[in-house]
Amino acid sequence: MIKLENISMSFHGKHILQGIDLEVKKGETLVVIGPSGSGKSTLLRLMVGLLRPTQGEVWIKGQEISRLSEDHLNTIRIGMGMVFQYSALFDSMTVGDNVAFGLREHTAMTEAEIHKIVTRNLRMVGLAGQQDVMPNELSGGMKKRVSLARAIAIRPEIMLYDEPTAGLDPIMSGTIDRLIMNAKRVLGVTSVVVTHHMSSAFKIADRVAMIHGGRIIEVGTVEQIKQSENAVVQQFILGLKSPSAYIRRRSEMK
Amino acid sequence: MLLAIVESIGRQVILWMENSGRIVILLGNTLFHLREKPRINHVLHQMAHLGVDSLPIVLLTILFTGMVITLQTATEFIKYGAQSSVGGVVAIAMARELAPVLTGVVVAGRVGAAITAEIGSMKVTEQIDALRVMAINPIKYLVVPRLLACVIMVPILVIFADVIGTIGGYLVATLYAGISSFTYINSITIFTVVNDIMGGLIKAMFFGGIIAIIGCYKGLTTGEGAEGVGRATTASVVSSIILIFISNYFLSLVLYR
Repeated sequence: MIKLENISMSFHGKHILQGIDLEVKKGETLVVIGPSGSGKSTLLRLMVGLLRPTQGEVWIKGQEISRLSEDHLNTIRIGMGMVFQYSALFDSMTVGDNVAFGLREHTAMTEAEIHKIVTRNLRMVGLAGQQDVMPNELSGGMKKRVSLARAIAIRPEIMLYDEPTAGLDPIMSGTIDRLIMNAKRVLGVTSVVVTHHMSSAFKIADRVAMIHGGRIIEVGTVEQIKQSENAVVQQFILGLKSPSAYIRRRSEMK
Repeated sequence: MLLAIVESIGRQVILWMENSGRIVILLGNTLFHLREKPRINHVLHQMAHLGVDSLPIVLLTILFTGMVITLQTATEFIKYGAQSSVGGVVAIAMARELAPVLTGVVVAGRVGAAITAEIGSMKVTEQIDALRVMAINPIKYLVVPRLLACVIMVPILVIFADVIGTIGGYLVATLYAGISSFTYINSITIFTVVNDIMGGLIKAMFFGGIIAIIGCYKGLTTGEGAEGVGRATTASVVSSIILIFISNYFLSLVLYR
């Protein structure tokens, strides 16, 4: 469904990603973990064509998109949805209009049909009856849920989540995790989730990929990642001070 | 030392040329999207927001400009017995230069800044990226309606400005300088031709285009955070006003030969 081949990305001579090879299968949820500034969000932006790689190819549903024109890209993007780190709700529109936006732009549905979908999606994310509220009246968690309701409104095949639980309390993080799993179960979407919340990652992932220093250093199932011998991976998932702290701990256990 | 100065100047020139090139590309892309049917409700919304809301401040500015121009010219003209020319001179100055340029400057300050601040804050809060992910072209969605609104509304504002400026002149000429109503109005009809007004309106269309394109460009290229939005807004107003003054000279050269 999504395939990155030998992707490198540089900004002003600084290498953000180097030689990334990654594949996400249809219906799979891949969680990308890694420390802040490791290039996780850049990877997500490359997948949806918001950024173009310095080198390499990005394949979406069998089509190479890194050299497509913006108009051509839009035909691919119609089948994709994205939840942004800061929600990116259109602040001049109500919650209902935000959720209805894609439907009004890309479908020939009547207002009554759109209203039905908006009501259903808002109910699904636990925000029934909030259609007429403006985004600035919502909390961070509510904005994230509206963003999710907006993204799934046009029933995308691919969903991208950029730090969906960042800045949220554990209860709200759990709610967002359940919504991501629901979206996969109900809509059968292929998902890529960027996060550094390990509890979320282990709960929602089919596979986990870890980025460090612009390179993917480990890819595997949740169990494989948990059992990884890579000291950098263990440092990250256990929240240790340094990789050597893990090596020390492991030798003590032996 | 000298090398450093030359290098610095060279860097600025390259930067300026880069920005100019990008503005031309944005203008080209916007004109390209004009071939498609525009979103009428968006254009009307922008016309109300950018045009109608600017009317009071434009009227106030031009009213007092008309009054002060008459104050200065009438006193001198009366000395040389040319009071019969005051109305015509004020009307021509207003139609050809003062109304379009001052309206352009006022609109650049109010509307240009608003366009940049709005689009800039959309950029820093990832709303522009959200539009792109939702397969909406930001140029078609944001720039085209603003360009159309400005190109239509600035000339309309100038028509109001022409009228109110001339009325301001009339008030000072009759109440302060002692010129009769007939002399003032007769002078306008003798000296002013349709081309004076049409030229001013053509200028206004160009100024509207400059304000919209510069405002949108600065918004779309806003740097990070609130500071970036503030800096882009200031740059937008300054660039628009400079371009209005420069283009005004060349437009006058072409339109009033």
